[in-house]
Amino acid sequence: MVMAADSQFHVLAVDDSLIDRKLIERLLKTSSYQVTTVDSGSKALEFLGLIEEHQHTNFKSPSSSSSSSNIHHQEVEVNLIITDYCMPGMTGFDLLKKVKESTSLRNIPVVIMSSENLPSRISSRCLEEGAEEFFLKPVRLCDVNKLKPHIMKTKFKDQNQEEEEEEETTETEFESIEKQQQQQQIQMNSNNKRKAGMDEEGVGEDRRRRIRYNSNGVATVN
Amino acid sequence: MLGFSADRLRADMNRLLALLFHQGVLDEQFLQLQQLQDESSPNFVLEVVNIYFQESERLLKSLRALLIERELTDYKKMGNHLNQLMGSSSSIGANRVRNVCIAFRANSEQSNRAGCLRALEVLEHEYCYLKSKLHELFQIEQQRVLGAGVRYPMQQN
Repeated sequence: MVMAADSQFHVLAVDDSLIDRKLIERLLKTSSYQVTTVDSGSKALEFLGLIEEHQHTNFKSPSSSSSSSNIHHQEVEVNLIITDYCMPGMTGFDLLKKVKESTSLRNIPVVIMSSENLPSRISSRCLEEGAEEFFLKPVRLCDVNKLKPHIMKTKFKDQNQEEEEEEETTETEFESIEKQQQQQQIQMNSNNKRKAGMDEEGVGEDRRRRIRYNSNGVATVN
Repeated sequence: MLGFSADRLRADMNRLLALLFHQGVLDEQFLQLQQLQDESSPNFVLEVVNIYFQESERLLKSLRALLIERELTDYKKMGNHLNQLMGSSSSIGANRVRNVCIAFRANSEQSNRAGCLRALEVLEHEYCYLKSKLHELFQIEQQRVLGAGVRYPMQQN
């Protein structure tokens, strides 16, 4: 999808402890992530399910979506899930499994936190199910610094997948998506706050050029 | 004159913190909390600690209620409460409270009622001490902030 140069990565944090939610939220915000916190695995799935809905609407009827709902969809995209292991009801492991079993969610990297060193059979199972890594609580800033590679690795995988998918779309859908992106671009350029030292027009142009290349797969350089 | 007391207040705060670290009441996680406080979140430590106080008092009450129940002491529930208290204590750097929870939990796992009662006494004591020291810390901090606030308009003139 469209990747704005200054869009933040969005992390979904899951923990039944209010204090730990506050902590992880602050850690993530300090590291420039957008954060959503929920207090249970089931709420997490609910939230992630909302993304699925938006994605469907967006893809199936591109002409009817306004550019503002496209931007809303972008804001709801989740780039990483960080979850406590030990939670009442759905554990972090259960959540991990559900995410990895879902075709639309399984590319989202999942990190597990736990307040005690998990017995190795549990941690191996988590890794088998696709967890990226474990953080021992209390989570520190140096732990949060380790998240970026997991997000970037998956972003790259996503883009490759999307390139393949885009090539399969029909001509008319393709054209309307392109038009949408252009509209979005104009919208984003006029909505974006100017960052210090950045030439807005220059950045916008680069973005447009870059996006054309990425989402088409075929390079149409302007 | 104001500058002097601001320095003195900071010194008081540092001295109190050093004492609490030395006693093992707080550990470096508390420093992490302070580091996360900034202009965008100026009351972060206070907010988190207040939540901790509320939660801890609730859990301590529940623990006492569970232990008063002689017939069918729910040690499992006790363990759950203790895990919660351990987790939150660890998250704010309340080192001694956390350690007492660990000992308490061991007693509850063995259904050792006498041991649990003793541990609860110690836990309540440690919690009270922590709470009063943190209040002291926040009071000093508040005075320092107020003092600094009065200074700024003078500096502009």
